[in-house]
Amino acid sequence: MAVVHQAYLLQARQMQALSFAVHIPLVCFGIAFPAMVLFVEWLHLRTGDELYRTLARRWTRVMVALFAVGVITGTVLSFEMGLLWPQFTSTFGSVFGLGFAIEGFSFFAEAIFLGIYVYGWDRLSPRAHLLSGVPVVLAGFTGSLMVIAVNAWMNHPSGFRLSGGHVVHVHPVAALFGNSFLWPELLHMYVAGYIVVGFLVAGAYALGALRGRFGRYERTALAIPLAVAALASPVQVLVGDWAARDVARDQPVKLAAIEGLGPTTRGADEHLLGWYRDGRVRYGIGIPKLLSLLAFHNPDATVQGLEAVPESERPPVNVVRIAFQLMVAIGTALALLGALHLYRCARRLPLPVSRWFMRAVVLAGPASVVALISGWVVTEVGRQPWVVYHVMRTSEAVTGAGGIPVGYATLAALYAAVAVGVAWILRRLARAPLSEPEPRAEVI
Amino acid sequence: MHLYDLPLVCVLIGLALYTVLAGADFGAGFWTLLAGRGPAARTVREHAHESIAPVWEANHVWLIFVITVTWTAYPRAFGSIASTLAVPLAIALVGIVLRGAAYALLAGAVGARERARLELVFATSSILAPFALGSAVGAIASGRVPVGNAAGALFSSWLSPTGIMLGVLAVASCAYLAAVFLAADAARRGEPAIERRFRALALATGVAAGVLAAAGLAVLHGDAHHLYSRLVQGRALPGPIVSALAGAATLELVRRRRYEAARFSAALAVAAVIAGWALAQSPALLPGLSIRAAAAPHSTLVAVLVAILAGALLLFPSLGLLFSLVLRGRFEGAHTPPRPFAAAAAATAFSEGFAARLAGAGLVVGVGLLTIAEASWEHAIGVAGLLVFVLAGFAAVLPGELRAAEGGAEQPGGAGERAR
Repeated sequence: MAVVHQAYLLQARQMQALSFAVHIPLVCFGIAFPAMVLFVEWLHLRTGDELYRTLARRWTRVMVALFAVGVITGTVLSFEMGLLWPQFTSTFGSVFGLGFAIEGFSFFAEAIFLGIYVYGWDRLSPRAHLLSGVPVVLAGFTGSLMVIAVNAWMNHPSGFRLSGGHVVHVHPVAALFGNSFLWPELLHMYVAGYIVVGFLVAGAYALGALRGRFGRYERTALAIPLAVAALASPVQVLVGDWAARDVARDQPVKLAAIEGLGPTTRGADEHLLGWYRDGRVRYGIGIPKLLSLLAFHNPDATVQGLEAVPESERPPVNVVRIAFQLMVAIGTALALLGALHLYRCARRLPLPVSRWFMRAVVLAGPASVVALISGWVVTEVGRQPWVVYHVMRTSEAVTGAGGIPVGYATLAALYAAVAVGVAWILRRLARAPLSEPEPRAEVI
Repeated sequence: MHLYDLPLVCVLIGLALYTVLAGADFGAGFWTLLAGRGPAARTVREHAHESIAPVWEANHVWLIFVITVTWTAYPRAFGSIASTLAVPLAIALVGIVLRGAAYALLAGAVGARERARLELVFATSSILAPFALGSAVGAIASGRVPVGNAAGALFSSWLSPTGIMLGVLAVASCAYLAAVFLAADAARRGEPAIERRFRALALATGVAAGVLAAAGLAVLHGDAHHLYSRLVQGRALPGPIVSALAGAATLELVRRRRYEAARFSAALAVAAVIAGWALAQSPALLPGLSIRAAAAPHSTLVAVLVAILAGALLLFPSLGLLFSLVLRGRFEGAHTPPRPFAAAAAATAFSEGFAARLAGAGLVVGVGLLTIAEASWEHAIGVAGLLVFVLAGFAAVLPGELRAAEGGAEQPGGAGERAR
């Protein structure tokens, strides 16, 4: 198929980015929330304390509402693979498609067992009910494994050869799962899921505490997600560093964009803040040789700069660089907050330590979402101009169909409406009485 | 039958299941729109919603299955279809988004006005989506989707006689399936008034769908003659015949109130139409593109078939469990309050202090082997160390926190009582 000219390539990319940015926080709830709900239900079975049962049931309602919205936003993404990037799927579908096919099954299992779990609250024996939730947790993991496998392949493609615009010698399993990029990226996202959900849920109860609602129920509901997030956020610093070293090795242009490094440099400096222009970072704070040390564990290592490739093969530097700095800054702050919380637990200081601590927890939720989306901006914008790294450009993947601006506007309006709707239903669920919930709202 | 045909068979089975299961959901939306006003209409709406409730999320994944298997096994055909038919597919997508959102929000709606607005969105999008999907199938069936990136007409491809006809037929089929399913549910729940109503609707829409299907053949005669001749005299003939017989049988079964059997014969009538279309079109997937030429390389076809088989072995029993839970209402031994474990057993296997030291060790291993060491196996152990850190850390931190929460509630002025 011939390459077409698409006047609205940028809009197509923005539309994809919008769909993705809306979907990914919901994915976090698919990854991490079922495990937390099951843990609370397990506490109920273990102690017989009704408070844990109430908490688990209330969280289940939130989980189901968010899953339902995630089904919608996920369907949008799968349609867009064809609607926006038909050349990408038609050329490489046979290489990466398997990942999404398995992800479909995983998602199916998640939906089925979530249905059993929700419908089975009063219909299954307590033990069987707890067990019915386990596949939901597992499917959350396999689902993200599959999607990240495809993304890791796009960033670090292998398992095929190109001949006359067609793929030959295709090995889909090796392409998806024999890829060194997969594991750090998967772990980075998986841990992010626990951080985002942990801080968002904890933040909701911390906000309540600041407004004077802080009984045993709220203390418990705050303690569990906060412990999860506090343990996960320092781990994320280490996992992120691991992922960055893989980027340094296999995607030097992305690394150069992250750091705003123009010329190839031996013993490269790390710059904080600042703005990239004409091959270097201006107004930034330079730390000598730190980039070489972090990326290659050697202060005198040579780091490839942007100028090593033609301008047409460089990503938009400042977007990538600012997103990276934002992610790292927020990630570090969250890790410090987590460490502070662990220290508080070790010293047995009761919550709330101070209003400032609670305010920080409230802020940590949205901040972690910003860091999550920034991280994806680094990966995806940093991959530009390629859709399949060094193999196919985004401009070669885009659809030839018109009407992208119409689709973009429609989707933006639709998602704005959905966002209002979700905020509204979460408020409703938060206000619903705490005693046994009415069955109608259970079976969303 | 060749290896390269097998994924297509799976796609068609997925499409038939999507049409039947999600079609019934769409049709339920159609009937809520036509329910009218007043208390009788409200009962009908509530019945329609409750019948969809626990399984509806599972049904859209059939569409995801169809899409992902198609782009994996027949990527060139997928790219051509998705680009030329971008408009109807986008409309279907908007319909699915609106419908799903309205449905989720209905659970939290209280006032009559709120409900009425959401019902309207739910119902109109329930009609929009199947029409758009049906007309997209019509565009493919009438040969209006050429190979290439948006090589066909953006509008006249699906707003063609065949496209419009199949869109209308899709909406009618959804309404028909839903009426049969809803009558069956009402009979099972012992609600004779609703059952009578949906039984009448099922009979009426069954006849209407049959008439539309016959008229559809006339449209094909003029608009897609190749397809028509294959359907009425070629090898695809069994498709329309089986569909007509199953449709007639369903009417008779509904008339006799044999609803469970009618569910299956109605599904068969729809599946036979899809099978007939596939037989009439094969071996061409798109004009000038045979199934064989469109198929992915051998290794991919094997991998995707293995994945489908494994998925089916895993998912069909699970789906059976869900359906039996929903249909039977409950499992034995419903809600018995759990027996708390004995206090001795409730004490953790090791002390919180030990868990804390274990977590510390895990963190040291993680930093050492993931951050400083370089080999892959060292990284793997480092990741395991971090996992130990998180799990042991959780065991070290949480018991104290939960005890503190209990202590906190005893303080005067605590909001704990309100929480009950």
